[in-house]
Amino acid sequence: MRIRAPHLFVLPFALLFALVYVAPVGYAIHQSLFVSEVSGLGLGPGDRTTKFVGLSNYWQALTDPALLRGVGRTLLFGVVQVPVMLGLALVLALLLDSGVAWLGGFFRLAFFLPYGIPGVIAAILWGFLYLPELSPFGHHDFLSSSTVLWSMANVTTWQWTGYNMLILFAALQAVPRELYEAARMDGAGELRTVVSVKLPMIMPALVMTGIFSIIGTLQLFSEPKVFRNLTGAVSSDYTPNLITFTEAFDNNNPHMASAIAVLLALVTCVLSFGLLKLSWRGAAEEQR
Amino acid sequence: MRHGPAARILVTAALAVAAIYFLVPAYWLLVAATKGPGELASTPPLGLGKSFDLVGNIRKLFSYHDGLFLRWIANTMLYAGVGALIATLLATATGYALAKFRFRGREALFTVVLAGVLVPTTALALPSYLLLSKVGLTNTYPGVLLLSVVSPFGVFLSRIYAAASVPDEILEAARIDGAGEFRTFFRISLPLLAPAMVTVFLFQLVAIWNNFLLPLVVLSDQRLYPVTLGLYTLSTNARYPDLQSLTIVGSLVATLPLVVAFLSLQRFWRSGLAAGSVK
Repeated sequence: MRIRAPHLFVLPFALLFALVYVAPVGYAIHQSLFVSEVSGLGLGPGDRTTKFVGLSNYWQALTDPALLRGVGRTLLFGVVQVPVMLGLALVLALLLDSGVAWLGGFFRLAFFLPYGIPGVIAAILWGFLYLPELSPFGHHDFLSSSTVLWSMANVTTWQWTGYNMLILFAALQAVPRELYEAARMDGAGELRTVVSVKLPMIMPALVMTGIFSIIGTLQLFSEPKVFRNLTGAVSSDYTPNLITFTEAFDNNNPHMASAIAVLLALVTCVLSFGLLKLSWRGAAEEQR
Repeated sequence: MRHGPAARILVTAALAVAAIYFLVPAYWLLVAATKGPGELASTPPLGLGKSFDLVGNIRKLFSYHDGLFLRWIANTMLYAGVGALIATLLATATGYALAKFRFRGREALFTVVLAGVLVPTTALALPSYLLLSKVGLTNTYPGVLLLSVVSPFGVFLSRIYAAASVPDEILEAARIDGAGEFRTFFRISLPLLAPAMVTVFLFQLVAIWNNFLLPLVVLSDQRLYPVTLGLYTLSTNARYPDLQSLTIVGSLVATLPLVVAFLSLQRFWRSGLAAGSVK
């Protein structure tokens, strides 16, 4: 009994995990190795057949200019949006943690509020705020092909800054206050204390928020999907995830869609593992 | 440290500017939901309209397509509530076993679960849909629920929490008293794990409630939609004033209760977020 108990504790989860995580990944990999061929009119039962093609879907995806443009767009988005958001979250967390301001509790709630609104609804809401006839922000064109990417970046920043702020704030609160005393004794000013004491102490939390933000950027879907209904500036191949959706449901090509989904998952995992490793190595060197 | 009033005023002002940025869209939603027909475009965006018609707007929303909106709300409660509840029970039991027992496959399971934390759910949506369609579960309640009850992050969190808060001595004492492992788990360990369970539940609830791609690909019958997907379909016609108003009121009604619940449960978020950041 005592030997078997732990297995029974983990069995239900392990089974469902296999069904809902492992099986789809395996199935996607399998599907990505085939193409479907249409013979004749494509209407009869035997007219659609699948054929094994190895990695050729991957090759085709990686050389597809539309996909590369989508990836480039997503990279541009991330390179600007992630630092802006994390910088803002960090400044807000530092200000709140300093205890200098009045109404700290209220501000924390106000910053965190957008996180309680689902991504689609946030995108719909901002979509209204961008519509010329409803916008309270004057007559700017937020939905043109040169501005719409940054209008989406604003939605993401609005929604996730408070969440990241709260992670960094929790990490700051856990820093032993004696360290600040010691820094002050050594003659360090506020800014010096931030750079030499606070930032190194919350580095793991910063790395964590960075990783989650990068993963989030690669998944960009709700915003472009919603904004497509408002403006022609967002094409059906705007981001990698939107391309996956378009391939599967508009072009009826689950094989190509699977290949792109697998590539996306792979890039995400490698990136986040790599960043985690880097931060561990950094932490190990710090301790030496 | 001591700070002069000038520093206090300066920092508070900076935070207030940030607060305006975060609150203006919510404020706009609140005001827009009260405006009468045709007033969205004709009255100042951030001021009240000529009529105050919040009740009338809500009535219109609830009667849209014979109460379709209420059905979406009920569906969301089912998907997110039941899904998160089952996910929490599974994750707690698993995290507890990983923290408190040594058994074959323990390390392997934990490594796979960690990898699961990093796999983006959007990458799973499409292949999950393809698999569900093989077994005829697309466009059904069980299909959506099945994809909502597994939380690798919950296992990760439960394992950390169980290792720190369930002392081995108590478990030993229970064993010596002749209690079986399951009795010990339900009677002794679960109460100790309750705070972690609340956190896991909340995280999974929000994850399900936030997941847009999954119901979008799996469901085609409007009557099975969660409210997010329902509002999305309404918003696809966002250029029509009548539907604009419905979408706005619907967004308010759908998010307000959750936002309030959210903000009042903030301390559980902090504990979960803190655990996530020290891994």
